[in-house]
Amino acid sequence: MTQVTLIQAINQGLRQAMKTDPDVVLMGEDIGVNGGVFRATDGLYKEFGEARVIDTPLSENGIVGMAIGMALYGLKPVAEIQFMDFIYPAFDQIVNEAAKFRYRSGGQFPCHVVIRTPFGGGIRGGLYHSQSTEQLFASTPGLKVVIPSTPADAKGLLLTAIHDEEDPVIFLEPKRIYRTATGEVPEGDHRIPFGKARVVKEGSDVTVVSYGAMVPQSLQAVNAVEKMGVHAELIDLRTLVPLDYETVLRSVEKTGRAVIVHEASKFAGFGAELSAIISERALYHLKAPILRIAGYDTPFPYALENLYLPSVDRIARGIERTATAT
Amino acid sequence: MLRALKLMVTGRVADERSVNLQRQGRIGFYVQMDGQEAAQVGCGLALEPEDWVVPAYRELGVALARGVPLQTLFDQFYANSNDENKGRQMPTHYGYRAYRYVTASSPVGTQIIHAVGLGMAARYKGEKSVTVPFFGDGATSSSDFHAGLNFAGVYNAPVVFFCQNNGWAISLPREKQTRSKTLAGKAEAYGIRGVQVDGNDFAAVYRVVQEARERAVSGEGPTLVEALTYRMGSHSTSDDPTRYRSTAEVASWKQKDPIERLARDLIARGWITEDQFEALQEAARAEVQAAIQTAEQTPPTSPDTLFTDVFKSNPSYVEEQRAELSELVREGVVKP
Repeated sequence: MTQVTLIQAINQGLRQAMKTDPDVVLMGEDIGVNGGVFRATDGLYKEFGEARVIDTPLSENGIVGMAIGMALYGLKPVAEIQFMDFIYPAFDQIVNEAAKFRYRSGGQFPCHVVIRTPFGGGIRGGLYHSQSTEQLFASTPGLKVVIPSTPADAKGLLLTAIHDEEDPVIFLEPKRIYRTATGEVPEGDHRIPFGKARVVKEGSDVTVVSYGAMVPQSLQAVNAVEKMGVHAELIDLRTLVPLDYETVLRSVEKTGRAVIVHEASKFAGFGAELSAIISERALYHLKAPILRIAGYDTPFPYALENLYLPSVDRIARGIERTATAT
Repeated sequence: MLRALKLMVTGRVADERSVNLQRQGRIGFYVQMDGQEAAQVGCGLALEPEDWVVPAYRELGVALARGVPLQTLFDQFYANSNDENKGRQMPTHYGYRAYRYVTASSPVGTQIIHAVGLGMAARYKGEKSVTVPFFGDGATSSSDFHAGLNFAGVYNAPVVFFCQNNGWAISLPREKQTRSKTLAGKAEAYGIRGVQVDGNDFAAVYRVVQEARERAVSGEGPTLVEALTYRMGSHSTSDDPTRYRSTAEVASWKQKDPIERLARDLIARGWITEDQFEALQEAARAEVQAAIQTAEQTPPTSPDTLFTDVFKSNPSYVEEQRAELSELVREGVVKP
């Protein structure tokens, strides 16, 4: 196994899926000849041709709507939305159509589309190349929401999304770590099941729950507080829907303390759901208030993005305070 | 032709009875096609079983032409335990995979772009079929109409866009929907073929769709068909059209009734007699009555189906909610 980046792992996953199943087709803006603006589909157009790697007009509702139509037929379309910030023209298609097709048809028309999109800040992308609005999709029944944080998970979760799931999947790729997250990726048809969180680091004093680009950020913070004698357990959720309640609750029952880290805005963010679940199901184990460390409730800034995003120091301070609160 | 007349008559009877059922509180809601029978049956009969239909919620005539049984449709109107869509949607929002008839939704226009994907998928799999999205004049203002026609043009997709211009989008007249002279004319901007047809003339619609189908299947490209017709009834049972349009306008279209027109034509040709036309209507009334009776006698949707088909298999927390509800029902705290 060789070291690859997260974006290379996505590329490997797509190639693997297309080799495995001729029904897998890709569509999106600039994904063909150009190989995608982040190079996720690099080389695939040449290898599989224009019938399977489809350059589309500039229309997000068109991309997702066309993918839905292909899924209704029985193909396995994988659509790319160039940035999550541009997904909203397709919101109607995702929320009203993809998410509800299986239900509204009494199971006659499953809608197995995979919608990949880079998300999150930290690349000096300002308002419209930085957003994290996973909570909008996580709160829509019928959608699965996946967020990898390592190259191996990116490939494994993507292949599961394409081959094993038969539901619409919103596959969010933390673009800030597209090239900084590196690691070994299993060759071939590597799959990771949905709904199984990963314990990144074990610890006994406080539970830290995160996902996406905030996982490596949180890991640095966890390592920093370790030097102060605080042993934090770090959990990477991997999939928000379906959510692995058990791993989170088991950890909080052990540590009695919980810190939730995400870069999306705090108010009504996914951390609110996690906090509610812990409160509903593990309140009597808690020794300190739950802490949410999140993006602020402002639009995503340009010049001040380093203040907006949870930094290693801000996370470390939150973990340390929660771990020692009495 | 006789089959077309029978379908159109059956559709009208089913429509009239359904509106009454709604007024009597026996079904929750209804959307009638009244006046659009020739357009719908004409288009529906011009298609082949391997073709895909992607309807809106006003396409009873198309469903009947595809062969969907009346009983199946009334089971949906009653949302009973035989409803293949499991009581999930308001009446007229149905779909049946066996007939390649996709389950409709309420948002206007969203299905237009699905048709392009379906058509491309069918072509990719080597099928010689077309996909036909159905929509009205209002939908031509939607972003998905634009995306659909644009994508179909770019990919030369095997799609026949079937627009029933019935004059009204709830209260908005066609002239206020767009300044375009015709809706068919919009096709030109997308580099595809656009055709206008008298939507109340069964034979004309049939021919136009058949030709468009042939072209699409043989790779000559998509067509936008604009069928000029009229919505004789209300938008839905929640609408009162006397608030926004004149009775004179409605009366003038009554003169162009598509069923009368086809029946007169067949009688003049000597293909049927006046008595046979009467008998056909009587038979339709009996058939509809039987379907209503059976639908009313069928048990309602089971509470347990609330939780199926959200996903292929539910996350644990949805299953917990299912258990919670069944306990509440068992204890009589909530009633279906």
